[in-house]
Amino acid sequence: MPDLTIAVVYPELLGLYADRGNATALRHRAHAHGLEVDVLDIAADDPVPESADIYLLGGAEDASMLVALERLRASPALGRAVDGGAVVLAVCAGFQLVSRSFAAQDGRRVEGLGLLDATSRHLSARAVGEIVVDSPLVGELQGFENHLGDASIGPGVVSLGRVVRGVGNGHDGVEGAVCGRVLGTYLHGPVVARNPALADHLLSEATGTRLPPVEDLVIERLRAERREALLDAGPTHWLARLRRRRR
Amino acid sequence: MSASSFRFQAALALARLAAWLSRTLLHGSGNVIGGAVLERLALRDVTGKAHRHRITIVSGTNGKSTTTAMIAAALSTATPVTTNADGANTPHGLLWTVATARTDEVVLEVDEAWVPWAVGALQPHTAALLNLTRDQLHRKPEILPLAASWRRAMASVERVVAAADDPAVTWAAETGRQVEYVGAGTAWHHDAAVCPRCGDLLRHPADDWACRCGFVRPATPVAVDRSGRLLVGARAFEPHLTLPGEANLANLAIAVATTRDRVSPEVAVAQIAATVHEVAGRYRDVDLGDQHVRLLLAKNPAGWQAALGMLREGAATVLAMSADGIDGRDTSWLYDVDVERLRGRPLAVTGSRATDMVVRLHLDDIETAISVPTARDCLRALPPGDVDVVATYSSFQAVRRELHVA
Repeated sequence: MPDLTIAVVYPELLGLYADRGNATALRHRAHAHGLEVDVLDIAADDPVPESADIYLLGGAEDASMLVALERLRASPALGRAVDGGAVVLAVCAGFQLVSRSFAAQDGRRVEGLGLLDATSRHLSARAVGEIVVDSPLVGELQGFENHLGDASIGPGVVSLGRVVRGVGNGHDGVEGAVCGRVLGTYLHGPVVARNPALADHLLSEATGTRLPPVEDLVIERLRAERREALLDAGPTHWLARLRRRRR
Repeated sequence: MSASSFRFQAALALARLAAWLSRTLLHGSGNVIGGAVLERLALRDVTGKAHRHRITIVSGTNGKSTTTAMIAAALSTATPVTTNADGANTPHGLLWTVATARTDEVVLEVDEAWVPWAVGALQPHTAALLNLTRDQLHRKPEILPLAASWRRAMASVERVVAAADDPAVTWAAETGRQVEYVGAGTAWHHDAAVCPRCGDLLRHPADDWACRCGFVRPATPVAVDRSGRLLVGARAFEPHLTLPGEANLANLAIAVATTRDRVSPEVAVAQIAATVHEVAGRYRDVDLGDQHVRLLLAKNPAGWQAALGMLREGAATVLAMSADGIDGRDTSWLYDVDVERLRGRPLAVTGSRATDMVVRLHLDDIETAISVPTARDCLRALPPGDVDVVATYSSFQAVRRELHVA
């Protein structure tokens, strides 16, 4: 009997940016904490279970995202799971899907699942590059963003943190959105693989216990390397931020 | 000499000078700078010259260079051929190749994002379309819009040969004036979830694909069967390729289909088997001391899946990982690679993003990889015998230079 069940929602539709790796990373981190985990890949033709502890929704291109949305809208399972206390990590297209509304590629407004009080429209230019976020929730977040979405979060929602390098939500210098146990972000990496503290946060929320930090020297080495590489990049990334303005 | 011809000759002379300087001072190939000079000074002359050649373009995420080499090999049995087999596959390199081509027949590898440009500027007679899978997502963030751009371009191409097992490629090819589909097979299905025609979920029953809207896998007069034979109509051929893996059988099938209007399949298969053993260092075997090293280039998840399927029994493995130049800048793609085939092998990792690879393996509990600065260090750390090197593009070039492999 596993301690936790992780449901990867429609990986064939919401997996273009390798966010399935968030499940790989969560499983690894769970083992480090002595937890047994079941990872279920929920294919687009399968019913979404209501009983998973953590749901992962990944990034996608426009056409795949809309097919996923249509299927998710047709089932109350994800909403019920959230009402029952499940954790949701929604990345990029996933973030848009769980929001109240977003802009499709052709610019039309599409209603999302409404699990997170956020809306998004288009940035004037695609945000692509390494991103660093200073998060009060989980410390320094590192990742890679690749999106056209410019997210605005509602009053009951907090951001994941302040953007130190990169674009993030697109204005106000913040990234992501957190409301209860639903977390949206534009960070790939995959974001959980690059940020063990985020893994710990999600696992803690799912188990209801505060998990003690566990050192992972392999990942810390990568984090140190990327930190050094990004700091050495000099002022060019600041210029890129200044250049990216919403119309 | 007409004014335009004089202009072209003058521009070409200047371009050749630039190319020579690039080769001499910068150790570049010179093609790209040469093409840049021509684009500035004589673009219309070069595109005018293109129309006097019979041009075949080859494109796809993986297999372009190999398939281009195969097509050129097959056609060379009938006529002299010019090709850009060194991989200068974006406009400057393409312009240079066309401007300096002395043969009627020209076969060009073209970067997927530049297919519309190539069709418009160079007016190829034939296009060979291989596959469209996730790759360099920082530059090509979506696949279906790329397929749509191909589809618009193919309406201007006389003959299109396309892989039937890739729905996006099949859809893109439909607008060609004459279209021939090839059953080359594919081991990578992860970018074929949505019907490019209607946007619904595609069905994938047993190696086939179909949509409720009526968009289905087309018939394939040329195909690879389950035992690896090449089928052309009612005839079957043993390929006898030295290049390993199913992906290269797929490339062969496309090459034979593309050239069969001029070269018989038996001649094409024999020539390709006899002459295509490596492509710009890919698949190159080299003995270094007591190690038999094979170089494999893999740039994206589909390519890595194919490369890991080619690892030799009992071979140690070098993984060379980078995110520079034309590599994918977002290393997340590593998590779309099934690393199970690496478990239990002696492993050494190198490259500018070696640590990303080590973390990837670590998260699948493969902890045996040694991370070292150079390819030579990797070889020193590994046992004698067979060593397979799997490298991303920039790392691949670095390994070739380091090991002095041409």
